[in-house]
Amino acid sequence: MPGLEDLYREIILDHYRSPRNRGELESPPAVRVEGFNPLCGDEIVVTIDVEDDVLADIKIAGTGCSISQSSASLMSAAVKGKSLAEVRELIGTFRQMMSIHESTLPSDGAGGGSSEAAEPQAIDIDALGELAALQGVVKFPVRIKCATLSWNTLTQGLDEAGVPA
Amino acid sequence: MAELTTHTGGGPALDAATLAKDFPLLSRKVNGRPITYLDSAASSQRPSAVLDAMREYDETTHANVHRGVYGIAEEATRRFEAARTNVGRFIGAPAPSREVVFTKNATEALNLVAHSWGRSNLERGDVVVLTEMEHHANIVPWHMLAAERGIELRWLPIDDDGQLVLDDLDAVLDGAKVLAVTCMSNVLGTLNPVAELAARAHAAGALVVADACQAVPHLPTDVSALGVDLLAFSAHKMLGPTGIGVLWGREELLQSMPPFLGGGEMILDVRKDGFTPNDIPWRFEAGTPPITEAVGLGVAVDYLRAVGMDAVRAHEISLTSYALDALRDRFGADIRIFGPQAAEDRGGVLSFAFRDVHPHDISQILDEYGVCVRAGHHCAKPLMRRLGVNATARASFALYNDERDVDTLVEALDAAGKFFG
Ligand SMILES: Cc1ncc(COP(=O)(O)O)c(C=O)c1O
Repeated sequence: MPGLEDLYREIILDHYRSPRNRGELESPPAVRVEGFNPLCGDEIVVTIDVEDDVLADIKIAGTGCSISQSSASLMSAAVKGKSLAEVRELIGTFRQMMSIHESTLPSDGAGGGSSEAAEPQAIDIDALGELAALQGVVKFPVRIKCATLSWNTLTQGLDEAGVPA
Repeated sequence: MAELTTHTGGGPALDAATLAKDFPLLSRKVNGRPITYLDSAASSQRPSAVLDAMREYDETTHANVHRGVYGIAEEATRRFEAARTNVGRFIGAPAPSREVVFTKNATEALNLVAHSWGRSNLERGDVVVLTEMEHHANIVPWHMLAAERGIELRWLPIDDDGQLVLDDLDAVLDGAKVLAVTCMSNVLGTLNPVAELAARAHAAGALVVADACQAVPHLPTDVSALGVDLLAFSAHKMLGPTGIGVLWGREELLQSMPPFLGGGEMILDVRKDGFTPNDIPWRFEAGTPPITEAVGLGVAVDYLRAVGMDAVRAHEISLTSYALDALRDRFGADIRIFGPQAAEDRGGVLSFAFRDVHPHDISQILDEYGVCVRAGHHCAKPLMRRLGVNATARASFALYNDERDVDTLVEALDAAGKFFG
């Protein structure tokens, strides 16, 4: 049985207690997307400003558990100011980190979180920086949906903004 | 009712720690600690008597029921039908062998009502009255009928104490064809005045459908005293197995209802040009029923009857009262317990908000202490919206819980509070 310290790393608790990029950008011009975790009723609102090929700004609103809130906060810090290609890549890497177990969970059809049941490839953990703190979540399968909620919502936002996949 | 020595609830006191020994799962450990199972509102554990009876039936008697000529088929049929009658008697059914329909669970029982009775009696504009505290199982089937038929749903509101607001009851019931109401909220523990509601609804000409999922396992339940027309519950919340639920209905009412699913068992005759439905209750039991599960449910009923439902209720009042005091004493303003504040007004279900720690996180930390509580919307999203929360943590009791379980819950919650500082 994995221990709680695998799940609740210091970085996670820090982002939970002091979430970064809280709020909503004015939309329009920002793209605004809502995500739901049907398991627990958590709701998240992601607003993004796309300028040229850069994710110029992002804000996160909504409520949720420490894992969903810190994952959203960590995500916002990681993607803000990055090129759209980098953002897409980071989402891919993050999903990979989470998908090893997620692929074995029944899909709830929320936000396209299902993953192709491919062989887990070696993940470039270094590329994830602070996000690697969320690695322990895969040991708690029911919490994976909490961690991926904001990422799936961001993906939906990029799609709606017409950013190529 | 049998003579009972008088205690608080009118029944002989039960000894939860002794009863807990009958439940094999309760002797296991979770994360190296003895399990503290506080999620019986979602599903209860089963005593050895139930597990053994199901195994014994499977090993000695199993065959398909009805129409079998050979010995064990007849025996299987007899045991299946005996379970039906036993369940019927347990809830005071006037005609226990004809009024109990076995379904997959309470959800299917409520869908049966909306589908069979609803589709043959409700038309565009007809009104179905629900309450804000219903489980999705008693909401969505009516929503589906609303989408299909254009019926109107009206909602009886609750007050801040989690009690139904009945001031405008007659106005809400005016012109209603159905009142569908839970006997006890699976989130708030609120015990609704079902007998009074049924009388008022009948006066307004409405059919009364009761969701008794949380009542039958925890309170003496008598369908005649309640005065309802239809009543649904699930075996797995009352010490029985999953895979079987019950719809009880007044005999003449069931007689008037068309079949739900079609297939074997539910027919008297099938021709190329049509079919003749079977008599009740089999008319509503298409296909091979959950036979082993019915045997298990019958024994679960025997177990509850032997303990005594008055004793179960008295025990749960005293345990709930102890828990309310313990949680308030330890956490004061840090804990918000939803629903009626006095133990006598509620069942053994405690939903709470603890500081601003999310229910998921509470449940995760509690698990570390072997404490099983549910976190989420409890299939009652309209109620969550009314309470102004996305989710709650919920501890719920059964006859095998005692004050030590509450003490462990309090300690684990304290740890969760410290963890999230
Ligand atoms: C009040 C109430 N109604 C209906 C249900 C649905 O029961 P089941 O899932 O067994 O059909 C439940 C249990 O979750 C409940 O608590």
